Amino acid sequence: MPTNILMPALSPTMEKGNLAKWLKKEGDAIKSGDIIAEIETDKATMEVEASDEGTLGKILIAEGTQDVAVNTPIAVILNDGEDASSIKAGEPAASQKAAESAPPAAAKAEAPAPKEEKSAPAPQAPATPVAADPDIPEGTEMVTMTMREALRDAMAEEMRRDGDVFVMGEEVAEYQGAYKVTQGLLQEFGDKRVIDTPITEHGFAGLGTGAALAGLKPIVEFMTFNFAMQAIDQIINSAAKTLYMSGGQMGCSIVFRGPNGAASRVAAQHSQDYASWYSNIPGLRVISPSTAADAKGLLKAAIRDPNPVIFLENEMLYGHSGQVPKLDDFVLPIGKAKIARAGKDVTIISWSNGMNYALKAADELAKDGIEAEVIDLRTLKPMDTDTIIASVKKTGRAVTVEEGWAQSGVGAEIAMRIMEHAFDYLDAPVARITGKEVPMPYAANLEKLALPSVAEVVEAAKAVCYR
Amino acid sequence: MPAVKANSNTQTSDDPAPSTPLIEFSKEQDLSAYQTMLTIRRFEEKAGQMYGMGLIGGFCHLYIGQEAVVVGMQMALKEGDQVITGYRDHGHMIACGLDPKGVMAELTGRAHGLSKGKGGSMHMFSKEKGFYGGHGIVGAQVPLGTGLAFANRYRGNDNVTLAYFGDGAANQGQVYESFNMAELWKLPVIYVIENNRYAMGTSSTRSSAETNLSRRGLSFKIPGEQVDGMDVRAVKAAGDKAVAWCRAGKGPYILEMLTYRYRGHSMSDPAKYRTREEVDKVRSAHDPIDMVRQRILEKKFAKEEDLKKIDASVRDLVNEAAEFATHDPEPDVLELFTDIYR
Ligand SMILES: Cc1ncc(C[n+]2csc(CCOP(=O)(O)OP(=O)(O)O)c2C)c(N)n1
Ligand SMILES: [Mg+2]
Repeated sequence: MPTNILMPALSPTMEKGNLAKWLKKEGDAIKSGDIIAEIETDKATMEVEASDEGTLGKILIAEGTQDVAVNTPIAVILNDGEDASSIKAGEPAASQKAAESAPPAAAKAEAPAPKEEKSAPAPQAPATPVAADPDIPEGTEMVTMTMREALRDAMAEEMRRDGDVFVMGEEVAEYQGAYKVTQGLLQEFGDKRVIDTPITEHGFAGLGTGAALAGLKPIVEFMTFNFAMQAIDQIINSAAKTLYMSGGQMGCSIVFRGPNGAASRVAAQHSQDYASWYSNIPGLRVISPSTAADAKGLLKAAIRDPNPVIFLENEMLYGHSGQVPKLDDFVLPIGKAKIARAGKDVTIISWSNGMNYALKAADELAKDGIEAEVIDLRTLKPMDTDTIIASVKKTGRAVTVEEGWAQSGVGAEIAMRIMEHAFDYLDAPVARITGKEVPMPYAANLEKLALPSVAEVVEAAKAVCYR
Repeated sequence: MPAVKANSNTQTSDDPAPSTPLIEFSKEQDLSAYQTMLTIRRFEEKAGQMYGMGLIGGFCHLYIGQEAVVVGMQMALKEGDQVITGYRDHGHMIACGLDPKGVMAELTGRAHGLSKGKGGSMHMFSKEKGFYGGHGIVGAQVPLGTGLAFANRYRGNDNVTLAYFGDGAANQGQVYESFNMAELWKLPVIYVIENNRYAMGTSSTRSSAETNLSRRGLSFKIPGEQVDGMDVRAVKAAGDKAVAWCRAGKGPYILEMLTYRYRGHSMSDPAKYRTREEVDKVRSAHDPIDMVRQRILEKKFAKEEDLKKIDASVRDLVNEAAEFATHDPEPDVLELFTDIYR
């Protein structure tokens, strides 16, 4: 079958060019590598090389033609034994560039290929079903522990289970963790697996990612996520993207964890909430628990997950105690939200420290006869849209609560999903409570104002209830 | 390993770091150094107390033990030179000549603090005094300081920049990116490494492959030397030499100040990574302020009563600052949304 030579793109941005000159004429024999034509763009003149052998059967675009679109057939090459009569008018010749004519891998076989060059609709990301929380058997003993202890236990259990799991970060070993989350790990696992790093976030995040590409399962602790800004290039460009860039050959199972968001009076450079930043990145999972049990079950899941996981903790919650089931292997599903409090009048959606405002607001609202349903997202990416939508279909009203900034925040994303999937069920526009759009101030009075408050959540919930 | 002695054990004999001979101080210099160092010490002690009383919040890193470094270096500077450092910055500001009241009021987060209460202990600045902060992110001040020096070079003046950072910060990658540019473009910046032997709970021997930090610029061709950072005269002499090098357009210079922090890393440091004896040993044998005080008396630059008068005036100054910072009002709530853009 004759082969078309297509108008080549000479730069990533070139859309069309002029066919300046033919250096071969019809009937000439052509070897791969021969210069056959010259093309001009506004930037340069370039030579077109043949990449096939045969005879130049027909010139389709005459010398001197302007503005020839990239990928337009400009000539036909005949293979051995073919002659010009095999070029039938109207029948497309096989393209020289295989990629152009190959059907998209995801396209269904039964779908007929469109005759004209129309852009096919982009395939949708497949929905992956997420399992529900495991049932906790009746009579399971519940242990009261702090979130700090729950996180430590999760790491210790996974380290006992899998020799490829190790922890590294600043002050994680001898000092027992800047916030004491890794307490006791050095004593149990030794300095091969519990590693104090120099203050070199970009370096050790990259080193951890490299070790993960080689199959180890690092838990990289950032003293706080503010310092992960030093390392964010390795997290995003290396950890999150390598699986895709390698066509699925090479992924990394790695957890980046540490406290995120405001602590208390530590000011602008130590108080940022990165939830929306990381949940913007394909390839990352983002988890941010609010209770000790969720912290344990989800950190264990994160360590086992074959993908890079951003695990956003919160310093204000480390000391909070909760009930954790005493099970040999308590693992929670990533990507599943939880109804923290059931209600019928308004849905309040939050996670991590935001749950403090949300649950207290629900208590306040109950005094006024408003029953709020409070959803703890737990995982921000993938986001459990189903749980949000089911609740909003019931209540018709929603308020999001986060400490991060409003613009491009997680609340904005939640509101959009509600609009996409439950617009007809809404009785009021979705409201969001966020941190104020200012760098975190140090002064006590200003810091308080910069953060969300229970009163703001109550007010927003009443407003969407028209109360 | 006493903090005050250059640890030549990590140095190869064929390439010793150059060292600068001591210069004796005049009476005025000794007295002025004594007064400023003492002001810093008393200020920091007061800040520690006020933190304990809940008047100061967040992170608060005290400079006690390291006073000779900033005071000696400041004596080598002239009008128009710039200073930049990390979060352990109160001493630098006082040495730059800033009113302790403004510094203390920033620590308490009040309206007349140097940053109107918005920055806190770690983030303070003074355009007027050429003090560019006050940075909370370990290592970030090093490229910034290099940029200040770039501006001096660009404008063709002969000012120099002091970029202070710690032994822990010395492992950040951006430090070496800065070193390369500074030498490549001959920028007038002095990298003052305050090696107080610990980065939080990590001793430099546990974090650094080469613990002689004065050698960290060698592969960039930046000269460096170790300095007894507990002796203000040694600091001043090394500072003079480095400043002259920079002003002459020869490029950057590294001074590794061997010093020691007496207190915990910040207020919440259990300090289990070193012994009480280690701290006491430095305090009793190498205290930077005691050494000047003794010298002043030996050389008869002043009598015991004169020094007592200085001590009393320093205490008054610090008490006034504390008083001011306690009663100054919180910033107006409207300040929440100011200074984000201009
Ligand atoms: C990028 C970054 N990582 C970690 C921290 C937390 N941190 C604050 S100070 C410090 C130790 C720094 O030690 P050093 O540079 O020796 O200075 P020193 O505190 O001794 O003055 C650490 C790890 C931070 N502020 N920034
Ligand atoms: Mg240090």
